Amino acid sequence: MSQKADSKREWPLWEVFIRSKAGLDHKHAGSLHAADADMAIENARDVYTRRMEGISIWVVESKYIHASDPGDAEILYEPANDKIYRHPTFYNLPDELTHM
Amino acid sequence: MSKELIKYTLQIADNALVIGHRLSEWCGHGPVLEQDIAITNMALDHLGQARNLYQYAASLFNELAPGEQMQLFASTALQNKVAEGKPIDEDDLAYLRDSWDFYNTMLVEMPNNDWAYTIARSFIYDTYNHLFYTKLLSSADESLAAIAEKSLKEVDYHMRWSSEWVIRLGDGTEESTRRMQAAINDLWAYSGELMIMNDTDKWALQHNIGTDLEQIRADWKLRTSAVLNEATLQIPADGWMHTGGKNGRHTEHLGYVLAELQFMQRAYPGMVW
Repeated sequence: MSQKADSKREWPLWEVFIRSKAGLDHKHAGSLHAADADMAIENARDVYTRRMEGISIWVVESKYIHASDPGDAEILYEPANDKIYRHPTFYNLPDELTHM
Repeated sequence: MSKELIKYTLQIADNALVIGHRLSEWCGHGPVLEQDIAITNMALDHLGQARNLYQYAASLFNELAPGEQMQLFASTALQNKVAEGKPIDEDDLAYLRDSWDFYNTMLVEMPNNDWAYTIARSFIYDTYNHLFYTKLLSSADESLAAIAEKSLKEVDYHMRWSSEWVIRLGDGTEESTRRMQAAINDLWAYSGELMIMNDTDKWALQHNIGTDLEQIRADWKLRTSAVLNEATLQIPADGWMHTGGKNGRHTEHLGYVLAELQFMQRAYPGMVW
């Protein structure tokens, strides 16, 4: 790659995960560009938490995310279709139990 | 007593308003989307601090006798407002004073020029501001101490952000090093005023409201040197320093800032939208 093309290269893409409050999982919030991990966290703070959305941030470079192949959907997910007994829906929950 | 306290509060407030305005000029022009958002966030932080301080200054001003009120500022627009006999508010202090009634340091009115200049100006100011607000926490004036406490978390982040950019650009490419060094060199002569005591600072120190800025200087030097060293940049020699802003004598740049900032309220007094 020539020097010129190199200097025009964009910063790598990062995926951002935000934990909205203690006890909850980090959830994917979106992605952004940054030169390194420190800058990615700062950028994430500025882009995704300015309205009090979070108390913790994870960032990971997008190239390290490995995704399942959409073409494999049938093998991967369809076998679960007729296994209704895997859902814990056969219990009677007391009324006072919320958030289930 | 109140007159000096008003002026002291305005020195802090005007720094915040003017640098906030300068940073806001990047809105929509940032080098990348993420930094555009970051810098406008910080512009709003500064504006928020300015508002708190102006509200406090306005409340002090409204307690003065009418005669004293007329003497405090030489700006006709503000005097006209006072002559109406109505209390003033934060907006009046921001919009109705002319440049000679502004007490910010000249550093913060320097133009953005490029990203390196913007970073250098923030780096010099944020490092000072963090040390200053930390001292202000123990001010005998409870309102100023409370504002310092509220602002400090923001200022902590500002300092980290601008320091990291100095390192990133200073220890970056040949071009970024050259630009960062040029910005530091050019703005260095405006750094001194932040820590040179004028009569208002001395008054505030005597009354345990302010702090000894000369003491801040050593820490400021230490912190900025550490960052500049890490950035592989030359630390400029401490030569002659520009002063005057804190006493109302400004560079031509402030006039342009105020023209843009104040135009609507001067052209359409009391306009709301």
